[in-house]
Amino acid sequence: MANSSLASSLFWATFKRDLILAFRHKGDMVNPLVFFLIAITMIPLALGPEKAVLMRIAPGIIWVMALLATLLSLDSLFRSDFDDGSLEQLLIAPYPLTLSVMAKILVHWLATGLPLTLMAPVLGVMLSLPASAFAALCYSLLLGTAAMSLIGAVGAALTVSLRKGGVLISLIVMPLYIPILIFGASAVQTAALGEAYKMQLAVLGAGLAIALLLAPLAAAGALRVSVNG
Amino acid sequence: MNWQWFHRLGSPRWFYEKTTVWLPWLMLSAWGLLLIGGIWGLGFAPEDVKQRNSFRILYIHAPVAYISMSCYYIMAISGAVGLIWKMKLPFMVMKACAPIGLGLTIVVLATGSIWGKPTWGTWWEWDARLTSYLILSFLYLGAIALQQAFQNRDTADKASAILALVGTVNIPIIYKSVDWWYTLHQPATLKIVGKSTIDPSMLYPLFVMIIGFYLFFTLVLILHTRTEILRRESRTQWVKELVLANNSGKGEGASS
Repeated sequence: MANSSLASSLFWATFKRDLILAFRHKGDMVNPLVFFLIAITMIPLALGPEKAVLMRIAPGIIWVMALLATLLSLDSLFRSDFDDGSLEQLLIAPYPLTLSVMAKILVHWLATGLPLTLMAPVLGVMLSLPASAFAALCYSLLLGTAAMSLIGAVGAALTVSLRKGGVLISLIVMPLYIPILIFGASAVQTAALGEAYKMQLAVLGAGLAIALLLAPLAAAGALRVSVNG
Repeated sequence: MNWQWFHRLGSPRWFYEKTTVWLPWLMLSAWGLLLIGGIWGLGFAPEDVKQRNSFRILYIHAPVAYISMSCYYIMAISGAVGLIWKMKLPFMVMKACAPIGLGLTIVVLATGSIWGKPTWGTWWEWDARLTSYLILSFLYLGAIALQQAFQNRDTADKASAILALVGTVNIPIIYKSVDWWYTLHQPATLKIVGKSTIDPSMLYPLFVMIIGFYLFFTLVLILHTRTEILRRESRTQWVKELVLANNSGKGEGASS
Protein backbone atom coordinates (compact mmCIF):
# COMPACT_ATOMS: atom_id res chain seq x y z
CA MET A 1 0.00 0.00 0.00
CA ALA A 2 2.67 2.44 1.11
CA ASN A 3 4.78 1.25 -1.78
CA SER A 4 2.16 1.91 -4.39
CA SER A 5 1.42 5.40 -3.05
CA LEU A 6 5.16 6.11 -3.09
CA ALA A 7 5.33 4.93 -6.68
CA SER A 8 2.41 7.11 -7.74
CA SER A 9 3.90 10.10 -5.95
CA LEU A 10 7.14 9.46 -7.83
CA PHE A 11 5.20 9.42 -11.08
CA TRP A 12 3.43 12.70 -10.31
CA ALA A 13 6.58 14.37 -9.00
CA THR A 14 8.46 13.53 -12.21
CA PHE A 15 5.47 14.57 -14.24
CA LYS A 16 5.18 17.95 -12.50
CA ARG A 17 8.88 18.66 -12.68
CA ASP A 18 9.11 17.85 -16.38
CA LEU A 19 6.01 19.83 -17.18
CA ILE A 20 7.43 22.90 -15.43
CA LEU A 21 10.73 22.40 -17.28
CA ALA A 22 8.90 22.07 -20.58
CA PHE A 23 7.07 25.34 -20.02
CA ARG A 24 10.27 27.10 -18.98
CA HIS A 25 12.01 26.01 -22.18
CA LYS A 26 9.28 27.14 -24.51
CA GLY A 27 11.66 27.02 -27.46
CA ASP A 28 11.88 23.23 -27.26
CA MET A 29 8.11 23.07 -27.30
CA VAL A 30 7.52 25.60 -30.08
CA ASN A 31 10.28 24.55 -32.48
CA PRO A 32 8.66 21.32 -33.71
CA LEU A 33 5.43 23.23 -34.26
CA VAL A 34 7.19 25.91 -36.29
CA PHE A 35 8.92 23.17 -38.26
CA PHE A 36 5.52 21.56 -38.90
CA LEU A 37 4.13 24.87 -40.19
CA ILE A 38 7.09 25.78 -42.40
CA ALA A 39 7.49 22.29 -43.83
CA ILE A 40 3.79 22.17 -44.77
CA THR A 41 4.15 25.59 -46.43
CA MET A 42 6.93 24.20 -48.63
CA ILE A 43 4.55 21.71 -50.25
CA PRO A 44 2.30 24.13 -52.20
CA LEU A 45 5.38 26.18 -53.06
CA ALA A 46 6.96 23.12 -54.62
CA LEU A 47 3.88 21.55 -56.23
CA GLY A 48 1.85 24.60 -57.20
CA PRO A 49 -1.31 25.91 -55.57
CA GLU A 50 -3.95 23.86 -57.45
CA LYS A 51 -6.67 22.91 -55.00
CA ALA A 52 -7.36 19.50 -56.52
CA VAL A 53 -3.76 18.36 -56.12
CA LEU A 54 -3.43 19.71 -52.58
CA MET A 55 -6.71 18.14 -51.55
CA ARG A 56 -5.55 14.78 -52.82
CA ILE A 57 -2.21 14.79 -51.01
CA ALA A 58 -3.14 16.73 -47.85
CA PRO A 59 -3.82 13.73 -45.55
CA GLY A 60 -0.53 12.03 -46.36
CA ILE A 61 1.53 15.22 -46.26
CA ILE A 62 0.15 16.36 -42.90
CA TRP A 63 0.80 12.94 -41.41
CA VAL A 64 4.35 12.68 -42.75
CA MET A 65 5.19 16.16 -41.50
CA ALA A 66 3.71 15.43 -38.06
CA LEU A 67 5.89 12.30 -37.95
CA LEU A 68 9.01 14.29 -38.86
CA ALA A 69 8.19 16.99 -36.29
CA THR A 70 7.85 14.30 -33.62
CA LEU A 71 11.19 12.80 -34.67
CA LEU A 72 12.86 16.20 -34.33
CA SER A 73 11.58 16.62 -30.81
CA LEU A 74 12.68 13.18 -29.59
CA ASP A 75 16.31 14.03 -28.96
CA SER A 76 15.40 16.45 -26.17
CA LEU A 77 13.35 13.81 -24.33
CA PHE A 78 16.17 12.61 -22.06
CA ARG A 79 19.01 14.85 -23.24
CA SER A 80 18.91 17.67 -20.67
CA ASP A 81 18.37 15.22 -17.79
CA PHE A 82 21.35 13.23 -19.00
CA ASP A 83 23.51 16.35 -19.26
CA ASP A 84 22.79 17.65 -15.76
CA GLY A 85 22.96 14.22 -14.11
CA SER A 86 19.36 13.98 -12.91
CA LEU A 87 18.82 10.97 -15.15
CA GLU A 88 21.45 9.06 -13.17
CA GLN A 89 19.67 9.99 -9.97
CA LEU A 90 16.49 8.47 -11.37
CA LEU A 91 18.42 5.35 -12.34
CA ILE A 92 19.78 4.76 -8.84
CA ALA A 93 16.54 5.71 -7.09
CA PRO A 94 14.91 2.69 -5.40
CA TYR A 95 11.74 3.04 -7.48
CA PRO A 96 10.76 1.45 -10.77
CA LEU A 97 12.40 3.43 -13.54
CA THR A 98 9.52 2.53 -15.85
CA LEU A 99 7.23 4.87 -13.96
CA SER A 100 9.41 7.94 -14.21
CA VAL A 101 10.08 7.16 -17.89
CA MET A 102 6.34 6.92 -18.36
CA ALA A 103 5.87 10.35 -16.77
CA LYS A 104 8.54 11.81 -19.06
CA ILE A 105 6.89 10.34 -22.13
CA LEU A 106 3.53 11.71 -21.04
CA VAL A 107 5.02 15.19 -20.69
CA HIS A 108 6.72 14.84 -24.08
CA TRP A 109 3.39 14.02 -25.65
CA LEU A 110 1.64 16.91 -23.89
CA ALA A 111 4.38 19.26 -25.06
CA THR A 112 4.64 18.10 -28.71
CA GLY A 113 2.03 15.52 -29.75
CA LEU A 114 -0.97 17.36 -28.39
CA PRO A 115 -0.01 20.79 -29.82
CA LEU A 116 0.74 19.14 -33.18
CA THR A 117 -2.73 17.60 -33.13
CA LEU A 118 -4.35 20.91 -32.25
CA MET A 119 -2.43 22.70 -34.97
CA ALA A 120 -3.13 20.14 -37.71
CA PRO A 121 -6.66 21.40 -38.59
CA VAL A 122 -5.25 24.86 -39.38
CA LEU A 123 -2.76 23.28 -41.76
CA GLY A 124 -5.62 21.17 -43.13
CA VAL A 125 -7.40 24.38 -44.08
CA MET A 126 -4.24 25.66 -45.77
CA LEU A 127 -4.03 22.48 -47.86
CA SER A 128 -7.81 22.60 -48.53
CA LEU A 129 -8.50 19.28 -46.82
CA PRO A 130 -12.16 18.24 -47.34
CA ALA A 131 -14.39 19.21 -44.41
CA SER A 132 -15.33 15.59 -43.72
CA ALA A 133 -11.72 14.72 -42.87
CA PHE A 134 -11.02 17.14 -40.02
CA ALA A 135 -12.40 14.96 -37.24
CA ALA A 136 -10.46 11.96 -38.54
CA LEU A 137 -7.30 14.08 -38.74
CA CYS A 138 -7.59 15.09 -35.08
CA TYR A 139 -8.51 11.65 -33.74
CA SER A 140 -5.86 9.82 -35.73
CA LEU A 141 -3.14 12.30 -34.76
CA LEU A 142 -4.24 12.19 -31.12
CA LEU A 143 -3.73 8.41 -31.00
CA GLY A 144 -0.82 8.36 -33.43
CA THR A 145 1.35 11.03 -31.80
CA ALA A 146 0.96 9.30 -28.42
CA ALA A 147 2.13 6.01 -29.91
CA MET A 148 5.00 7.83 -31.67
CA SER A 149 6.12 9.47 -28.40
CA LEU A 150 6.16 6.05 -26.73
CA ILE A 151 8.07 4.22 -29.48
CA GLY A 152 10.38 7.18 -30.02
CA ALA A 153 11.30 7.13 -26.32
CA VAL A 154 13.04 3.81 -26.87
CA GLY A 155 15.17 5.33 -29.62
CA ALA A 156 15.88 8.40 -27.54
CA ALA A 157 16.89 6.24 -24.57
CA LEU A 158 19.23 4.12 -26.70
CA THR A 159 21.05 7.14 -28.10
CA VAL A 160 21.02 9.50 -25.09
CA SER A 161 24.69 9.00 -24.25
CA LEU A 162 25.83 9.66 -27.82
CA ARG A 163 26.98 13.13 -28.79
CA LYS A 164 25.33 13.04 -32.20
CA GLY A 165 22.17 11.16 -31.42
CA GLY A 166 19.84 13.21 -33.61
CA VAL A 167 20.17 11.58 -37.03
CA LEU A 168 20.65 8.16 -35.50
CA ILE A 169 17.31 8.37 -33.67
CA SER A 170 15.54 9.06 -36.97
CA LEU A 171 17.31 6.12 -38.60
CA ILE A 172 16.34 3.73 -35.82
CA VAL A 173 12.83 4.93 -35.12
CA MET A 174 11.41 5.75 -38.55
CA PRO A 175 10.97 2.13 -39.71
CA LEU A 176 9.11 1.42 -36.47
CA TYR A 177 6.72 4.30 -37.20
CA ILE A 178 5.58 2.82 -40.52
CA PRO A 179 2.44 1.01 -39.25
CA ILE A 180 1.29 4.17 -37.43
CA LEU A 181 1.83 6.24 -40.56
CA ILE A 182 -0.02 3.78 -42.78
CA PHE A 183 -3.12 3.59 -40.60
CA GLY A 184 -3.10 7.25 -39.54
CA ALA A 185 -2.85 8.61 -43.07
CA SER A 186 -5.36 6.07 -44.30
CA ALA A 187 -7.90 7.13 -41.66
CA VAL A 188 -7.74 10.72 -42.93
CA GLN A 189 -7.79 9.63 -46.57
CA THR A 190 -10.89 7.45 -46.20
CA ALA A 191 -12.59 10.21 -44.21
CA ALA A 192 -11.79 12.64 -47.03
CA LEU A 193 -13.60 10.29 -49.40
CA GLY A 194 -16.56 10.34 -47.03
CA GLU A 195 -16.24 6.73 -45.88
CA ALA A 196 -16.09 5.17 -42.41
CA TYR A 197 -12.68 5.33 -40.77
CA LYS A 198 -13.42 3.61 -37.46
CA MET A 199 -11.37 0.56 -38.36
CA GLN A 200 -8.15 2.57 -38.81
CA LEU A 201 -8.73 4.38 -35.52
CA ALA A 202 -9.29 1.05 -33.78
CA VAL A 203 -6.00 -0.27 -35.14
CA LEU A 204 -4.21 2.92 -34.06
CA GLY A 205 -5.74 2.51 -30.60
CA ALA A 206 -4.57 -1.10 -30.46
CA GLY A 207 -1.09 0.00 -31.47
CA LEU A 208 -1.14 2.64 -28.77
CA ALA A 209 -2.18 0.04 -26.19
CA ILE A 210 0.70 -2.27 -27.15
CA ALA A 211 3.16 0.63 -27.13
CA LEU A 212 1.85 1.78 -23.75
CA LEU A 213 2.52 -1.66 -22.36
CA LEU A 214 5.94 -2.38 -23.84
CA ALA A 215 7.64 0.88 -24.77
CA PRO A 216 8.22 2.27 -21.24
CA LEU A 217 9.75 -1.07 -20.21
CA ALA A 218 12.03 -1.12 -23.25
CA ALA A 219 12.94 2.56 -22.79
CA ALA A 220 13.80 2.00 -19.13
CA GLY A 221 15.97 -0.99 -20.05
CA ALA A 222 17.63 1.04 -22.80
CA LEU A 223 18.38 3.87 -20.37
CA ARG A 224 20.05 1.47 -17.95
CA VAL A 225 22.22 0.15 -20.78
CA SER A 226 23.17 3.40 -22.43
CA VAL A 227 23.72 5.53 -19.33
CA ASN A 228 25.67 3.08 -17.20
CA GLY A 229 27.78 1.93 -20.12
CA MET B 1 18.78 -32.40 -17.72
CA ASN B 2 22.26 -31.82 -18.98
CA TRP B 3 22.87 -28.13 -19.59
CA GLN B 4 26.58 -28.41 -20.15
CA TRP B 5 26.32 -27.83 -23.90
CA PHE B 6 24.51 -24.56 -23.22
CA HIS B 7 27.20 -23.28 -20.89
CA ARG B 8 29.86 -24.35 -23.35
CA LEU B 9 28.17 -22.17 -25.96
CA GLY B 10 29.13 -19.19 -23.84
CA SER B 11 32.80 -19.87 -24.51
CA PRO B 12 34.07 -18.29 -27.71
CA ARG B 13 37.07 -20.60 -27.66
CA TRP B 14 34.93 -23.73 -27.58
CA PHE B 15 32.84 -22.38 -30.45
CA TYR B 16 35.91 -21.49 -32.48
CA GLU B 17 37.49 -24.89 -32.07
CA LYS B 18 34.25 -26.77 -32.80
CA THR B 19 33.51 -24.79 -35.93
CA THR B 20 37.02 -25.33 -37.26
CA VAL B 21 36.04 -28.98 -37.58
CA TRP B 22 32.60 -28.23 -39.05
CA LEU B 23 33.68 -25.67 -41.63
CA PRO B 24 34.93 -27.97 -44.43
CA TRP B 25 31.79 -30.14 -44.26
CA LEU B 26 29.53 -27.12 -44.18
CA MET B 27 31.35 -25.54 -47.09
CA LEU B 28 31.18 -28.72 -49.14
CA SER B 29 27.47 -29.33 -48.53
CA ALA B 30 26.45 -25.68 -49.02
CA TRP B 31 28.29 -25.25 -52.32
CA GLY B 32 27.28 -28.75 -53.44
CA LEU B 33 23.57 -28.16 -52.87
CA LEU B 34 23.71 -24.69 -54.40
CA LEU B 35 25.40 -26.08 -57.48
CA ILE B 36 22.94 -28.99 -57.83
CA GLY B 37 19.91 -26.79 -57.15
CA GLY B 38 21.19 -24.03 -59.40
CA ILE B 39 21.87 -26.27 -62.38
CA TRP B 40 18.62 -28.18 -61.85
CA GLY B 41 16.55 -25.02 -61.47
CA LEU B 42 18.19 -22.95 -64.18
CA GLY B 43 18.80 -25.69 -66.72
CA PHE B 44 16.38 -28.58 -66.25
CA ALA B 45 13.22 -27.35 -64.53
CA PRO B 46 10.40 -26.80 -67.06
CA GLU B 47 9.70 -23.34 -68.44
CA ASP B 48 6.82 -21.36 -66.97
CA VAL B 49 3.82 -20.97 -69.29
CA LYS B 50 3.27 -17.26 -68.69
CA GLN B 51 6.62 -15.95 -67.55
CA ARG B 52 8.80 -18.12 -69.83
CA ASN B 53 12.33 -18.35 -68.53
CA SER B 54 12.24 -15.23 -66.39
CA PHE B 55 10.61 -17.10 -63.51
CA ARG B 56 13.89 -18.94 -62.89
CA ILE B 57 15.17 -16.07 -60.80
CA LEU B 58 12.73 -17.44 -58.21
CA TYR B 59 15.39 -20.00 -57.31
CA ILE B 60 17.54 -17.24 -55.88
CA HIS B 61 14.88 -14.72 -54.91
CA ALA B 62 12.67 -16.92 -52.74
CA PRO B 63 15.33 -18.70 -50.63
CA VAL B 64 17.17 -15.45 -49.94
CA ALA B 65 13.88 -13.80 -48.97
CA TYR B 66 13.16 -16.53 -46.40
CA ILE B 67 16.63 -16.33 -44.92
CA SER B 68 16.77 -12.54 -44.73
CA MET B 69 13.68 -12.65 -42.52
CA SER B 70 14.90 -15.47 -40.29
CA CYS B 71 18.25 -13.70 -40.01
CA TYR B 72 16.53 -10.88 -38.12
CA TYR B 73 15.02 -13.37 -35.70
CA ILE B 74 18.38 -15.06 -35.18
CA MET B 75 19.82 -11.62 -34.46
CA ALA B 76 17.07 -10.82 -31.94
CA ILE B 77 17.15 -14.22 -30.24
CA SER B 78 20.92 -14.20 -29.84
CA GLY B 79 20.67 -10.63 -28.52
CA ALA B 80 18.09 -11.76 -25.96
CA VAL B 81 20.22 -14.75 -24.94
CA GLY B 82 23.18 -12.42 -24.49
CA LEU B 83 21.15 -10.01 -22.37
CA ILE B 84 19.58 -12.69 -20.18
CA TRP B 85 22.53 -15.02 -19.57
CA LYS B 86 25.21 -12.36 -20.00
CA MET B 87 27.21 -14.46 -22.45
CA LYS B 88 29.81 -13.11 -24.82
CA LEU B 89 29.29 -15.33 -27.82
CA PRO B 90 25.61 -14.53 -28.61
CA PHE B 91 26.44 -10.85 -28.89
CA MET B 92 29.09 -11.67 -31.47
CA VAL B 93 26.57 -13.73 -33.45
CA MET B 94 24.11 -10.84 -33.18
CA LYS B 95 26.65 -8.37 -34.48
CA ALA B 96 27.52 -10.69 -37.37
CA CYS B 97 23.85 -11.02 -38.35
CA ALA B 98 23.23 -7.36 -39.18
CA PRO B 99 25.52 -6.88 -42.21
CA ILE B 100 24.66 -10.36 -43.54
CA GLY B 101 20.97 -9.57 -43.25
CA LEU B 102 21.43 -6.26 -45.00
CA GLY B 103 23.26 -8.00 -47.84
CA LEU B 104 20.48 -10.58 -48.13
CA THR B 105 17.72 -7.96 -48.28
CA ILE B 106 19.67 -6.11 -50.97
CA VAL B 107 19.84 -9.35 -52.97
CA VAL B 108 16.09 -9.84 -52.47
CA LEU B 109 15.35 -6.32 -53.66
CA ALA B 110 17.72 -6.56 -56.62
CA THR B 111 16.42 -9.93 -57.84
CA GLY B 112 12.87 -8.75 -57.17
CA SER B 113 13.25 -5.71 -59.35
CA ILE B 114 15.05 -7.66 -62.08
CA TRP B 115 12.18 -10.12 -62.01
CA GLY B 116 9.71 -7.25 -61.99
CA LYS B 117 10.99 -5.80 -65.26
CA PRO B 118 9.74 -8.61 -67.56
CA THR B 119 6.67 -9.55 -65.47
CA TRP B 120 5.33 -6.20 -64.30
CA GLY B 121 7.04 -3.97 -66.84
CA THR B 122 8.80 -1.79 -64.25
CA TRP B 123 11.95 -2.06 -62.21
CA TRP B 124 10.18 -1.04 -59.04
CA GLU B 125 6.63 -1.73 -58.06
CA TRP B 126 5.19 -0.81 -54.67
CA ASP B 127 4.29 -4.43 -54.10
CA ALA B 128 3.55 -5.50 -50.52
CA ARG B 129 6.34 -8.05 -50.32
CA LEU B 130 9.00 -5.88 -51.93
CA THR B 131 8.02 -2.97 -49.68
CA SER B 132 8.26 -5.18 -46.58
CA TYR B 133 11.76 -6.22 -47.56
CA LEU B 134 12.72 -2.60 -48.19
CA ILE B 135 11.60 -1.81 -44.64
CA LEU B 136 13.46 -4.85 -43.34
CA SER B 137 16.62 -3.49 -44.94
CA PHE B 138 15.99 -0.18 -43.11
CA LEU B 139 15.78 -2.12 -39.83
CA TYR B 140 19.12 -3.76 -40.58
CA LEU B 141 20.61 -0.36 -41.46
CA GLY B 142 19.42 1.01 -38.12
CA ALA B 143 20.93 -1.95 -36.27
CA ILE B 144 24.29 -1.45 -37.99
CA ALA B 145 24.24 2.32 -37.37
CA LEU B 146 23.50 1.87 -33.67
CA GLN B 147 26.16 -0.80 -33.29
CA GLN B 148 28.77 1.47 -34.82
CA ALA B 149 27.76 4.61 -32.90
CA PHE B 150 29.01 3.44 -29.51
CA GLN B 151 32.64 3.57 -28.43
CA ASN B 152 32.08 1.09 -25.65
CA ARG B 153 31.59 -2.45 -26.97
CA ASP B 154 29.43 -3.69 -24.07
CA THR B 155 27.03 -0.77 -24.43
CA ALA B 156 26.88 -1.25 -28.18
CA ASP B 157 26.03 -4.94 -27.74
CA LYS B 158 23.30 -4.42 -25.18
CA ALA B 159 21.78 -1.43 -26.97
CA SER B 160 21.67 -3.33 -30.28
CA ALA B 161 20.08 -6.30 -28.51
CA ILE B 162 17.30 -4.08 -27.14
CA LEU B 163 16.75 -2.53 -30.57
CA ALA B 164 16.60 -5.96 -32.17
CA LEU B 165 14.00 -7.09 -29.64
CA VAL B 166 11.87 -3.99 -30.20
CA GLY B 167 12.14 -4.63 -33.94
CA THR B 168 11.01 -8.23 -33.46
CA VAL B 169 7.80 -7.09 -31.80
CA ASN B 170 7.31 -4.65 -34.66
CA ILE B 171 8.09 -6.88 -37.66
CA PRO B 172 4.78 -8.79 -37.74
CA ILE B 173 2.90 -5.51 -37.26
CA ILE B 174 4.83 -3.85 -40.08
CA TYR B 175 4.30 -6.88 -42.27
CA LYS B 176 0.55 -6.95 -41.70
CA SER B 177 0.11 -3.21 -42.10
CA VAL B 178 2.06 -3.15 -45.37
CA ASP B 179 -0.09 -6.03 -46.59
CA TRP B 180 -3.23 -4.12 -45.69
CA TRP B 181 -1.87 -0.92 -47.24
CA TYR B 182 -1.21 -2.79 -50.47
CA THR B 183 -4.67 -4.35 -50.73
CA LEU B 184 -6.21 -0.96 -49.95
CA HIS B 185 -4.54 0.71 -52.90
CA GLN B 186 -4.90 -2.25 -55.29
CA PRO B 187 -2.51 -1.33 -58.07
CA ALA B 188 -3.15 -2.95 -61.45
CA THR B 189 -0.34 -5.48 -61.63
CA LEU B 190 0.01 -9.12 -62.53
CA LYS B 191 0.08 -11.53 -59.65
CA ILE B 192 3.11 -13.71 -59.20
CA VAL B 193 2.62 -17.46 -59.36
CA GLY B 194 1.16 -18.52 -56.01
CA LYS B 195 3.27 -20.69 -53.75
CA SER B 196 0.79 -23.57 -53.55
CA THR B 197 0.09 -23.75 -57.27
CA ILE B 198 3.69 -24.38 -58.22
CA ASP B 199 4.37 -27.63 -60.05
CA PRO B 200 6.47 -30.33 -58.29
CA SER B 201 8.99 -30.35 -61.13
CA MET B 202 9.69 -26.70 -60.31
CA LEU B 203 9.35 -27.18 -56.56
CA TYR B 204 12.03 -29.82 -55.93
CA PRO B 205 14.94 -27.69 -57.19
CA LEU B 206 13.52 -24.86 -55.07
CA PHE B 207 13.71 -27.06 -51.98
CA VAL B 208 17.31 -27.93 -52.79
CA MET B 209 18.10 -24.24 -53.23
CA ILE B 210 16.40 -23.30 -49.94
CA ILE B 211 18.38 -25.89 -47.97
CA GLY B 212 21.54 -24.93 -49.84
CA PHE B 213 21.07 -21.25 -49.10
CA TYR B 214 20.37 -21.97 -45.42
CA LEU B 215 23.61 -23.94 -45.18
CA PHE B 216 25.42 -21.16 -47.02
CA PHE B 217 23.96 -18.59 -44.60
CA THR B 218 25.08 -20.70 -41.63
CA LEU B 219 28.53 -20.88 -43.16
CA VAL B 220 28.78 -17.13 -43.66
CA LEU B 221 27.40 -16.46 -40.19
CA ILE B 222 29.97 -18.78 -38.61
CA LEU B 223 32.79 -17.19 -40.59
CA HIS B 224 31.71 -13.70 -39.52
CA THR B 225 31.37 -14.80 -35.91
CA ARG B 226 34.81 -16.41 -35.98
CA THR B 227 36.33 -13.17 -37.24
CA GLU B 228 34.54 -11.28 -34.49
CA ILE B 229 35.80 -13.79 -31.90
CA LEU B 230 39.40 -13.31 -33.04
CA ARG B 231 38.99 -9.54 -32.98
CA ARG B 232 37.51 -9.43 -29.49
CA GLU B 233 39.64 -12.14 -27.91
CA SER B 234 42.85 -10.97 -29.55
CA ARG B 235 44.48 -10.42 -26.14
CA THR B 236 43.82 -13.89 -24.81
CA GLN B 237 46.45 -16.59 -24.74
CA TRP B 238 44.65 -19.09 -26.96
CA VAL B 239 44.22 -16.63 -29.82
CA LYS B 240 47.88 -15.62 -29.61
CA GLU B 241 48.92 -19.27 -29.73
CA LEU B 242 46.58 -19.91 -32.62
CA VAL B 243 47.96 -17.02 -34.65
CA LEU B 244 51.54 -17.97 -33.87
CA ALA B 245 50.92 -21.58 -34.85
CA ASN B 246 49.27 -20.48 -38.09
CA ASN B 247 52.11 -18.11 -38.92
CA SER B 248 54.87 -20.63 -38.28
CA GLY B 249 52.94 -23.23 -40.26
CA LYS B 250 52.74 -20.89 -43.21
CA GLY B 251 56.38 -19.95 -42.86
CA GLU B 252 57.44 -23.59 -43.09
CA GLY B 253 55.18 -24.17 -46.03
CA ALA B 254 56.73 -21.29 -47.89
CA SER B 255 60.31 -22.30 -47.18
CA SER B 256 59.97 -25.98 -48.03
